[in-house]
Amino acid sequence: MTPESTSSAASAGSPTRTSLVRRMRDHPAATAILALALVFAIGAAYPGPAPTEYGPDGEEITGTAAFYKWSTHRDALRQASVFGILACGMTVVIITAGIDLSVGSVLALVAVTFSIFSIHWGWSPWVAVPACLLIGAACGAVSGGLTAWFRIQPFIVTLAMMVFARGLAKSVSGGMKVSTVVQTPDGTYDYVDVPAVFNAIDSRLLGGNVSVVSLIFLACVLVSWVGLSRLRWGRYIYAIGGNEEAARLSGVPVAVMKVAAYALAGFFSAVAGICQAAQELQGDPEAGVAYELSAIAIVVIGGTNLMGGRGGIGLTLLGTLIIGYLEKILSINAVPEASRLMLTGAIIIAAVLVQGRRR
Amino acid sequence: MITAQQSSGQCDTSRPETPLLRMSRIRKSFGSQCVLDNVDFDLNAGEVHVLVGENGAGKSTLIKILGGVHSPDDGLIRIHGRRLRFRSPRDAAARGVAIIHQELSLVPSMSVADNMFLGRERSWRGWMRYARQHEQTARALDRLGLDLDVRRTVGSLPISIQQIIEIAKALAYEAQVIVMDEPTSALNEPEVERLFVTIRELKARGCGIIYITHKLEEVYRIADRITVLRDGCRMATAPAADMPPASLIRHMVGRDLAEASTTAGQGDLADRPVRLAVDNVTVRAVGRQRRPPVDGITFDVRAGEILGLAGLQGSGNSDLLLALFGAYGRRVSGTMRIDGKRFRPTSPRRAIRHGVALVTNDRQRTGLVLGMSVAANATLASLPRVSPGGWLRASREMQLAAETTGALRLRAASLRQRAVTLSGGNQQKVVLAKWISTKPRVLLLDEPTRGVDVAAKGEIYELMNEWRRAGHAIVLITSEMPELLMMSDRVVVMHRGRATATFSRGEATQERILHAAMGGE
Repeated sequence: MTPESTSSAASAGSPTRTSLVRRMRDHPAATAILALALVFAIGAAYPGPAPTEYGPDGEEITGTAAFYKWSTHRDALRQASVFGILACGMTVVIITAGIDLSVGSVLALVAVTFSIFSIHWGWSPWVAVPACLLIGAACGAVSGGLTAWFRIQPFIVTLAMMVFARGLAKSVSGGMKVSTVVQTPDGTYDYVDVPAVFNAIDSRLLGGNVSVVSLIFLACVLVSWVGLSRLRWGRYIYAIGGNEEAARLSGVPVAVMKVAAYALAGFFSAVAGICQAAQELQGDPEAGVAYELSAIAIVVIGGTNLMGGRGGIGLTLLGTLIIGYLEKILSINAVPEASRLMLTGAIIIAAVLVQGRRR
Repeated sequence: MITAQQSSGQCDTSRPETPLLRMSRIRKSFGSQCVLDNVDFDLNAGEVHVLVGENGAGKSTLIKILGGVHSPDDGLIRIHGRRLRFRSPRDAAARGVAIIHQELSLVPSMSVADNMFLGRERSWRGWMRYARQHEQTARALDRLGLDLDVRRTVGSLPISIQQIIEIAKALAYEAQVIVMDEPTSALNEPEVERLFVTIRELKARGCGIIYITHKLEEVYRIADRITVLRDGCRMATAPAADMPPASLIRHMVGRDLAEASTTAGQGDLADRPVRLAVDNVTVRAVGRQRRPPVDGITFDVRAGEILGLAGLQGSGNSDLLLALFGAYGRRVSGTMRIDGKRFRPTSPRRAIRHGVALVTNDRQRTGLVLGMSVAANATLASLPRVSPGGWLRASREMQLAAETTGALRLRAASLRQRAVTLSGGNQQKVVLAKWISTKPRVLLLDEPTRGVDVAAKGEIYELMNEWRRAGHAIVLITSEMPELLMMSDRVVVMHRGRATATFSRGEATQERILHAAMGGE
């Protein structure tokens, strides 16, 4: 550091307590952490109904309320994971000042192809999984290439990809869910076994306390975090989103970096598609409708700026937890879906308002 | 503190006793930092009061207080003797204060007339009255000597015209105090002339004008009075005639004018090897362009030479630098050689790899990623050096950024500070640091001292001389004639994409260059 910087930092840092408070307040994640705390507080205040249990002598005991049971948290995390995985890719694309509307459709396409590969064709997961990830990444790369080289707006390109991938999913599946019920040549239906990989992904680890899908989500968070904060690529992604022209004139290979960003989003969509298929035990070409909107909502609630150049994967992790827990708390309190949707909409606006005020 | 204040009454006895604007004992702090300390400032009707000071001296804060952007911690603002308190820019505008910023506040995609009436459209029960708007706009522009089709979109007009439109808009709001913040920074010579005519017009109408500039020459061409700010204090206020340039600079920087040592007698350049050879470089016209922006340019730059590239706006000199840097990609034809090796700049990335660096003429728009840290900006062009195998090494990055910014005496609280928080001069140093770290041999500098304070200017000249001593080839564009004449070993003048003249250091004069730049033979 320069001599000036050290000396002025030392003089400014003398009232340590206030500066620590200020640093916490000004931290980009402050709002999201506060919001998450608020969600937990709501959960604690409305922990859901406590089941009535019977003791050894047949006496009635009030059981633990839903929110205080680990299984509730485990399920909240599991249910949020698919959205969280999509949000990881979305974060990277949004930091480049882009958007990817195709993640939900690519998820469906991969759910269908993964089911076909694994159930119908009996491929080993060691082949089927990489093949599906490749399909997802390829979809993303096509979107990225069209925006980067042909200068079409990302909104338009990925809108087209959203429609196209949905069509492709319906085409390869024949418009039907690809499940373990297989039609034999003579026209009758046969049940085949669920492939082991489906069960493996849908299982739990650590004494049944953590879902595999949640671990996959965390792995995606880790991969994105390393990419954005520890690789040269990540720095280029932020630079492109912050000022694309300045980045180009600084020798940043803008087009290649953008293609990589969209390919990563496609890759994560494929991961989410595989998880979705495993959880549903089938590949549904209608799966993932409007998931791109949930992913965008998560990114925005976390605090990543839609204008690009600012934000991060840590914020998206917080955003996923906020949305996931909110959903769970509303559902254990039996709030009807209609109210849940309206509340989610209001929360998105509230989050953006609070963040805007801080800037 | 030296105060050469004269009361406005003494200044010109024909003026009324109360000035148009009086700001007294203005005080403002941001956090613990005092930005303005008991500053007095007044402005008479029909006067141009030039406000000078280095970047960070408090000029913009004073203007923002006047414009209602900031509210002062202490002090009074009076207009026509009436105490006022501005709560918002809108409030200030309603009281007759108009601020013409460096970045204009017009909507480029809308027509001239629509811009003039933006927010106070002439309508009848919700129906637009375009004819009336057009007529009134034409009349308002006519008063400033401008005759143009008011239905044209503002973006299609040159910046100088846009500026006049902005002034006309201010007048339409019946502004009496007009603040111009470096209005000529984006203008060429004839456009500056036109602005000065407009300013005389405004004076005649009884408007008071606060004029902020970094250009000495301009100060003495238009100033009635001058106020110098330094470190948030008013150092001096005096009629222009009573404050010669030397004393103005002394008040401003507390030392004598920073001028680069001219290195005219540095030995014969003709003996030096040719570092950059440009032969018949043309940028193909695309879209609505009727002629190539750059049309068959040929020149050599020797090691240790600074070639000045003069030209008015639209002459294509900036486009030529972009072309040499690869920013025009495959639109460029012709050959370029660096140290005799042929090189085709198809992308900035390739150009950087061949040792070319470009300082663009707009650091905010094309030079910096303002939202990123100083360190990230300083290392952006040389990131592979601090990220072996693609892994970013924070310590190496900080070390490189500290080296390059330290060499330029960057004044920043921290290298992790975002670039947007720096002053203009320090932002420019970050841009220069970025290019120092790529170790270039050919430096293309487009307005490297635009909008930076005198001290930083001197440092940038020193850096250019250092590069010259190191045997680099430099191509320099600057709209400040004295700077061009001082720094250039040779000057190539461009007009409408073509080179119209070449002058050696001895031959180059302001008049000759301007003549050639305007297409004269």
